[in-house]
Amino acid sequence: MEGLAFDIAHLLAGGMLLVSFMMIYQDRLLALLKVFALQALVLSLSVAWQAYQQDAPHLYVTAAIALIFKAVIIPIALRRIVLQLGIQRQVETVVGIGLTMLAGIGLSALSIVLMLKVTAAADAFAREDLAFALSVVLLGLLMMVTRSNAVSQVVGFMSLENGMILAAAGAKGMPLVVEISVAFSVLVAFIVIGVFLFRLRERFDSVDITALEDVRGDQE
Amino acid sequence: MAAVDVSVLLAACLLVLGPLAVVLQRQPWLSAVVYAVAALLCAGFALVGLVALAGPASGSALVLPIGLPWIGAHLRLDLLSSFFLVVLGLGGSITSLYAIGYGRHEHAPLRVLAFYPPFLGAMALVLLADDAYTFLLSWEVMSLLSWALVLTHHREEDTRTAGYVYLVMAGFGTMALLLAFGLLAGADGGYGFDAMRGAVRSPLIVAVVLGLMLLGAGSKAGLAPLHVWLPLAHPAAPSHVSALMSGVMTKVALYGFIRVVFDLLGPLEWWAAPVVIFLGAATAVLGILLAMMETDIKRALAYSTIENIGVIFAALGLALAFRANGLTAAAALAFSAALFHIFNHMAFKSLLFMGAGAVLNATGLRDLDRLGGLIHRMPVTAFLMLVGVLAISALPPLNGFASEWLLFQAVLMSPGIPQSGLQLMIPAAGGGLALAAALAAAAFVRIYGVGFLGRARSDAAGSAVEVDRFSLTAMGILAAICVLAGIFPGVVLDAMAPVVQAVIGGRLPVQANESLFTIVPIAEARSSYNGFLVFIFVAFCASAASWAVHRFASRQLRRAPAWDCGFPDASTMTQYSAGGMAQPLRRVLGSTLLAARERVEMPEPGDRRPARLVVRVADLVWQVIYLPISGLVGAVATRMDRLQFLTIRLYLSLVFGLLILLLIGLMLWQ
Amino acid sequence: MAIVAALMIQFVQMLLVVALAPLLLGLVRKVKARLMRRRGASLIQPYRDLLRLMRKQVVLADNASWLFRVAPYLIFAATWVAAALVPTFATGLHFSWTADLIAIVALLGSARFFLALAGMDVGTSFGGIGSSREMMISSLAEPAMMLTVFSLALVAGSTQLSTVAEYMASPAVGLRVSLGMALVALVIVALAENARIPVDNPSTHLELTMVHEAMVLEYSGRHLAMIEIAAALKLLLYISLIGCIFLPWGLVNSDSGAGLSAYLVAMALYGGKLALGGVVLAIFETSIAKMRVFRVPNFIGVALMLSLLGTLLLFVSRSL
Repeated sequence: MEGLAFDIAHLLAGGMLLVSFMMIYQDRLLALLKVFALQALVLSLSVAWQAYQQDAPHLYVTAAIALIFKAVIIPIALRRIVLQLGIQRQVETVVGIGLTMLAGIGLSALSIVLMLKVTAAADAFAREDLAFALSVVLLGLLMMVTRSNAVSQVVGFMSLENGMILAAAGAKGMPLVVEISVAFSVLVAFIVIGVFLFRLRERFDSVDITALEDVRGDQE
Repeated sequence: MAAVDVSVLLAACLLVLGPLAVVLQRQPWLSAVVYAVAALLCAGFALVGLVALAGPASGSALVLPIGLPWIGAHLRLDLLSSFFLVVLGLGGSITSLYAIGYGRHEHAPLRVLAFYPPFLGAMALVLLADDAYTFLLSWEVMSLLSWALVLTHHREEDTRTAGYVYLVMAGFGTMALLLAFGLLAGADGGYGFDAMRGAVRSPLIVAVVLGLMLLGAGSKAGLAPLHVWLPLAHPAAPSHVSALMSGVMTKVALYGFIRVVFDLLGPLEWWAAPVVIFLGAATAVLGILLAMMETDIKRALAYSTIENIGVIFAALGLALAFRANGLTAAAALAFSAALFHIFNHMAFKSLLFMGAGAVLNATGLRDLDRLGGLIHRMPVTAFLMLVGVLAISALPPLNGFASEWLLFQAVLMSPGIPQSGLQLMIPAAGGGLALAAALAAAAFVRIYGVGFLGRARSDAAGSAVEVDRFSLTAMGILAAICVLAGIFPGVVLDAMAPVVQAVIGGRLPVQANESLFTIVPIAEARSSYNGFLVFIFVAFCASAASWAVHRFASRQLRRAPAWDCGFPDASTMTQYSAGGMAQPLRRVLGSTLLAARERVEMPEPGDRRPARLVVRVADLVWQVIYLPISGLVGAVATRMDRLQFLTIRLYLSLVFGLLILLLIGLMLWQ
Repeated sequence: MAIVAALMIQFVQMLLVVALAPLLLGLVRKVKARLMRRRGASLIQPYRDLLRLMRKQVVLADNASWLFRVAPYLIFAATWVAAALVPTFATGLHFSWTADLIAIVALLGSARFFLALAGMDVGTSFGGIGSSREMMISSLAEPAMMLTVFSLALVAGSTQLSTVAEYMASPAVGLRVSLGMALVALVIVALAENARIPVDNPSTHLELTMVHEAMVLEYSGRHLAMIEIAAALKLLLYISLIGCIFLPWGLVNSDSGAGLSAYLVAMALYGGKLALGGVVLAIFETSIAKMRVFRVPNFIGVALMLSLLGTLLLFVSRSL
């Protein structure tokens, strides 16, 4: 039965990585939010499976937080923001999708090789999760780097955080307190960014953060 | 007489044949006779090589009292040399046969005749050399003679540029080889290959020698980023020389690489492999993308040579990776794939260059955008070119596919390798090679479709006539080789097996034991391919279908104007052009990899000029590496210029200062 | 006697694929029509179309060369041979060792090569547009296919389809993300290679985005019939391929000496898999819009990336 348990963990963690790639591929905002919700869903499933396997009830709470906040509340809220700002039709990428995907593949290869080397002593579940989690984190960062729209940057940031939770769940032993505080800090960050978005929009009539670069004082 | 004696004698005859041609220059029959003799001598190489392949592994050796007085010239024909001698012999003799017909059209035949036979001889001597001095000397002679051949049409501006770039790159390559052999020989100066084999070297020396061989042999073979001279020089030469340079000389360069890296350098660590694999795969993709964008038929073929060289290097890199980890069977598979592809590329690239030469002869054109419809005017050439095009696009049941298939099987052996970096890299490189193969099909659909199919885009193409019998025979032989090696790959693999055994220490299973010419590299449950049956099945199904339809359904046929969705246009310029064919891929892959840019120039209202679409494609390697280097050299040269205008006293003090510096250096060294 | 039986089974498979291919096409068209609330033509309409085309006179463009006339038969033969080598209802057929998965993909490549050349032979602008785009699509789809083959071969340790199918049916496989990725990649490649929506629209040829239909625009009569049946065979081949790799249940091993009834059950099951594939394809096609030509590379790029990623992930699970 060990084989099947491992296979399911592998499937879920790999699924998260796959969803991360879908996020990189997706350049429409509303669809991006849906994909993000999907990622949070897969995350909560993955964490719940870890909870079942490790027999660690507090991980169920983590899974529930991920499910409620990230898979439902935040996507819905972001969706409302996008609709209110009227930017749902915008398509924006700084670099081409193909190139970004290629970079993403490179990053995941890097993190897989790295993690398998570094964590040679840990058990299979943890190594598995860590390898995928690092890839998800790097892909989140990559997304923040390659998108110019503030909303997709927020999504990239959240996806990065999802990767961290995946890592923590696999590593056996992140206390619940830490988890809750992380969740709240993300929520706060989300609110701040939401306010920021509206301000940005008022000032520049756009949520393209490249507009900000024009008001930097240190240039010229 | 031992095999090596015969081959040295043949090479010597070739070397003499050139000057002899100069002496006899007034004779009208000269060109045909020289090429015929060269063809016979090269056929001799092929025979000697084939005989030697069946002989003992150490081969036969010979020491001649020429060259450096205390060494003499060591020559040896072992199995590896024999294989390449067969490639050289076949390529050389068929090309010479072609040249009997093709050479008649040369307006200054002596410019080719004086250098062509010695060029063949020098290549043979590179293969036979058994000490560093002979090797380097023959290599340099080969380079210089090919340079002279490139400059045959020296009145054309492009040719002069090509010759200059080639000379610089060849000089650079030889310098790298010189350093490599210097390091191989070590402080004791053991210049014989035997001495080098036994020497013990530090890892640093091994790494430097490998790098220098990649530079030296790689630049001659066309490995990126040292490939830039190749698409200039190969097409600039007369077509039979282009065929020889692309089909055979690049193989001699590969021989140099294999001889040093697989044989003289001794067993390598695994880190050597990823470098070679990466360079190979990158070269393959870059080369074929550039071929896709090129509208000059011969230049596109030259770019495709770069692709194939990349494929071969990738296979060699795989062999290195497997050998370093003791996976002998897999290493033998990869190495066999490399050797098989070397043989195949000789066959189809020579064929394609000859076909391009035939087109050039018949129309005077190399620009695809002015050709078209040649399948009606030159039916035999068009058919033989079709075989070559199918072979080089790696389509079953022809030979290109057989070697490509072996290479993919070698890629699939990668899980046996313990290094995780290599494990991840090899499938990725395999993806790159698959991309290159698919792009090759696209590139050759374009070359053949625009050049030979459709309607003639110029009067010259519309009034072309079929070329002479010699050319057609030569192309026919090569096409037959392509088909036969594709249908019976097992025969070729068995013939190469002793070479693989000698170099790698293991070999593929004996293919002759398999039923019906199947090739089975590892085990039948794992993979097998039968070109013969695929050929039979496709041929049978096609003829059965054709027969059944004609017999039972309908055989009526009526000619009518083309339909073209109701909008036929009589102008031949409405056909897809070579640039138009490449446009989708240029947009998809070229915009990043080749900095391809399109610009539409719209005239102002009232202006009568036509609107123009300007397309610019650049080889980034040229811009990123070569232009800065040449700029730097120029800048340094400008600085150094000042040194020409110093006073005598200053010159003396410069020399004096240098002397003192050297003496101090000597003192510190001791 | 055994060899006669083996040859018979191989022969039956050859006939089966060519007999079922038009029916599959008919099924897809029928389901699509029903989904659009049309009644649609009868299931056997493709057979009637083919017969009609075969009986008709060929109208050949003035400029067409011998290549144009030979190509349809070669395309048909190459596709047919490839389709006959994919295990449909039985594994380990007598000639299954002739070509492995790589060779089957390459055989389809040969067929496509001739089709693209035929598109350019008459020298019309539409033929050129079709050929050039077909080669663009295939040069992205083929590496994706090869990488998928790599991941399958790394899992099963073989490129021989019979071995792969038997391995996939065994419990040793387990749940693998990379196999899921390989499946998605293979489906995308299949859509692209068969000129289906969203890459190309098989039911129109009066559109500037057309690819496949543009190449065959000048064909008529028996030549067109050959090309149509080759296209149907290719669709059948891809569905059989997906079926035999990802739904490998119910395949008979022909070396095991199974009786006639076992073969009949396996054939019925194969028919079920084909029908399932056809219905899913029809549902997918009706629910999605066709893409702009220059969005297609992104779409196929996904397949390329997925297959590459699948191969990478395989190493994670292998090295644990």
